Parts: sequence; C-alpha cells; structure tokens
Amino acid sequence: MTLPFYVSPEQLMQDKAEYAKKGIAKGRSIVAVEYRDGVLFVADNPSSSLFKISEIYDNIAFSGAGRYSEFESLRKAGIQHADLKGFMYSREDVTARSLANGYSQTLGTIFSQELKPFEVEILLAQIGEQPEQTELYRIAFDGTIIHEKEFVAIGGRADAVVSALRARGPEHVPDLKTALTRCMNALETATSQTISLQALEVALLDRTRTGRKFRRIPAEEAGTLLS
Amino acid sequence: MKNILSQMPVNQCSSFFDFIHQTRPELTPAARWGSEGHVSASVDEIQRHVLSQLAHGTTVLAVKYATGVVIVGDRRAIEGYQVASRRMEKVFKTDSHSAIAIAGAAGPCMEMAKLFGIELEHYEKLDGLPLSCEGKANRLGQMVKANLPMVIQGLVVIPLFVGFDLKQREGRIFKYDVTGGKYEETEYHAVGSGGKDARVTIKERFHKNLSQPEAITLGLQAILSAAEEDLGTGGPDAFRGIYPTIKIVDAQGVRDVEESDVASQCDQLAQSRPGRES
Repeated sequence: MTLPFYVSPEQLMQDKAEYAKKGIAKGRSIVAVEYRDGVLFVADNPSSSLFKISEIYDNIAFSGAGRYSEFESLRKAGIQHADLKGFMYSREDVTARSLANGYSQTLGTIFSQELKPFEVEILLAQIGEQPEQTELYRIAFDGTIIHEKEFVAIGGRADAVVSALRARGPEHVPDLKTALTRCMNALETATSQTISLQALEVALLDRTRTGRKFRRIPAEEAGTLLS
Repeated sequence: MKNILSQMPVNQCSSFFDFIHQTRPELTPAARWGSEGHVSASVDEIQRHVLSQLAHGTTVLAVKYATGVVIVGDRRAIEGYQVASRRMEKVFKTDSHSAIAIAGAAGPCMEMAKLFGIELEHYEKLDGLPLSCEGKANRLGQMVKANLPMVIQGLVVIPLFVGFDLKQREGRIFKYDVTGGKYEETEYHAVGSGGKDARVTIKERFHKNLSQPEAITLGLQAILSAAEEDLGTGGPDAFRGIYPTIKIVDAQGVRDVEESDVASQCDQLAQSRPGRES
C-alpha cells in the first residue's frame, strides 16, 4: 500500500490557478469597448463559424476566452438561465448582474472542488436605454468578478491589450468607427502582428436597434467602417 | 430561483420547451392538468361550467400575395355570451421572419404563442442559426401535439403559422389540427369561430398574384364578414378606436400595418359596402 502524498491547500490552489492561467494565455484576446450607441466586441478569431462572441438575451452579450468546449457550455447555460428567467418573470428582469453572479458561483465551485479547473475567462456586457446604464463584467477562472468601465479585455495577452487601449484612450466616448479602429490597433499592438479583417470577429450591442440589440458585423462591413 | 448555471453539463438539446419539461415541469402548459391529463367524472360538470366562463379568442386568417403573406386577427375575446376583452392581440411576431395567430382558449393560446417565440429565439441563440421555415412549422406541430391532454379537457388551441421561407423565397401558411397534424395551405386560410365565414369571403375574391394592399383589403373584408355572422368575432370598432391587427410577413421580415392605416381602410370599406342604408 502506498501512502497518499500530502499537498498543502495553498500549493494545490496555486497549482490550479497556474494551470488555468496558462491555458487562458495560450488563446487569443477579445476586447469590448463602450461606444456611442452601446458596446462593441472585437475578437481575434480566425474561424468564421465557431464564434467567441454571442447573444445571451435582448441586451446582454457574452464572450468567452480559453478552452472552447468549456466556455461554450457556460454560454449555453447562460442562455438557458436567461430565457427561463424571462419566461417566468419578464424580459426586463433578465440582468447581466444576476448572470455574472451565476457564472461566478459556478466557476468558483468548479475551481475549488474539481481536480481540473476551467481554463476560461468570461466577459458579459449589458446595455440600457441610457449610455450610463452600460455594465461590463469580467469573470475569471476562479469565479472572481470584476465590474469594468469603458473597456475590458480577456484571454491571450489581455493585460497588453488593456494597456494599449489605456495609452491611446481619450476621455470621451468614441463613435463606432473610432472604437473599432482603437480595438484593432490594441489587438495588433498586443500581439505585435497585423490582423486581417477575415480573422476578426466583430459584434455589437446597439441600443438604437428595436427588440434584440445584438448584431454581428460581417468582415465586409467592418472593412467599410475602417476605410 | 435555482441556479441553472450550476447544472453542468447543460443538456445538449436546443429546445426551450424540452428544457423546461426536464428542469421545471411545473412551468409547462401540460402541468395545468397533471401529466396524465384526466379528471374524474364527478368533476366533469364543474369543469364544463368553468370552461364556459373561460375567455376564448376567435377569427384569425392569413392570405398569401405575390411576395409574402398578410396575417390578420380580430380583437375580441368572449366568456360564454359576454365580451371578455375588446383589445386582445391574437397575432404575434415569433421571430424575424415568422408570425403566429391563435384561436381557442385565451390563456393557453397566449402561453403557446409566448413559448413558441422563446423556443425559436432559444434555438437561434444556442445553435447560432435560425430554424428553417419548415423546421419552425414542425416544431409548432409538436407543441400543439403536446397540448392534446388539454384539448380533451376542452382547452383547444389552434394556431395558424405564417413564415417567409428564405430558401424558397416565398411566404408560407401552415394550419394545424388539435392532434398536432400540420397542413400547408398554398393560398389562404382562416381559423376560429368565424373562420368559415372568413374563408368563404376570401374564396370568392382570391386570385394568385394579389398585391400587398389587395391582400390587406381582402383580409379586412373577411374579418368584417366573420364579425357580421359570428358573435365571437369583433369587427372594427370606430367608437372605441379598436381595429383588427394586421402583420405583413415578407422577405424584409415581419412588420405591423399601422393602426391609422387599418382605420382608414375600414372606413373606406364601410363607405363602399353594398346595401349601405345611408
């Protein structure tokens, strides 16, 4: 009979965190910024069919970085949660805050109880009627929630993207064209290589739309916006 | 509310209807009468009484024209011989290119329309692509079928589904029977208590290649004659300013015909009505 090894809880958590961070850093970055009519999402994503940004509810969008299968199951769970809540109560009762809390609980539990933590980072955005009602949340692999303002980046070299955005970000809220240019430049600066439009996934939460506010922007449209 | 997010892994099916069946069965329409859907004979009398007091919705119809479909519904709901509501909406947009109109017991009707709308949106969000027109029509058929235990209790829900098929580039109309049977109509259809009168009116004037305004007029004429013959169908109510709901479903999507336009159309129809006394 072999004796089980003793591993201190501190060591265990540290190992798990390191493992998760490594997995997330391997991927590519996603950035979301507030622009005049809502929130713009830009992801460095070479696939045109496997999306990293998606709609959760009328005015809520989701984006996941890290291991695809893991954030995909979180995305689906989020849609189920939102649709169920909207069906039971009312459409306006579905909020990003409650979703972010749910994700935080789930990721926190998985991180502390499972052998393998989720290698994901989640970004949630919600827009309201007014620009000041915009909410941006970043949820880390261990369930930490961070409420962000103006812009947020996850996955890959997220820190580099954020500092690139901070370096050039003037105070006022940009229009769509400026916001997109800024995001693209930040992604390029962080990875120090040029990104083609085809390798860019762009989507919006646009408060000027009626009903569902989420919209994907195809590469051609992004091209005309940037030119 | 239980945290759905913690139920990992989520079930892999893209249907909201199946999802609530599995996780929250008390929220499904079938939960109204228990899953078996039978009530003992002694309750039968009471039940019949209760049913006669339930609000019912009445005439809804759809007419195809050259590039799409118009879908029209009256606004009246009745409880026995009384008017329960003069402003009920019976035509609902269910997604960008489809709409549903429902006749039958008001409560379950509204519930089915709402559930069907969420079902389509849920699928679109989970799978990233909207269902095909045929797919939507089939799904609705399964939901009508699941409603069968309630039909036996007297709570009939008969939907009329209209969609624009983006592949075939044409508007399509589907009707259903209570067992969930789905039948495609190639020209027009009307359901509800005044459905027969409406169908007769449309039949007399329908032709292929109607224009959109012609189809709208025809739909209104059909609602008018249904309202004249059937107590359960409400005609245009100029006194209160309540007019039938009309939606257009075509390649551009689903949109409402403005109430003011419907009102002026109804005025014109009233002026030109044969046999008008003054």
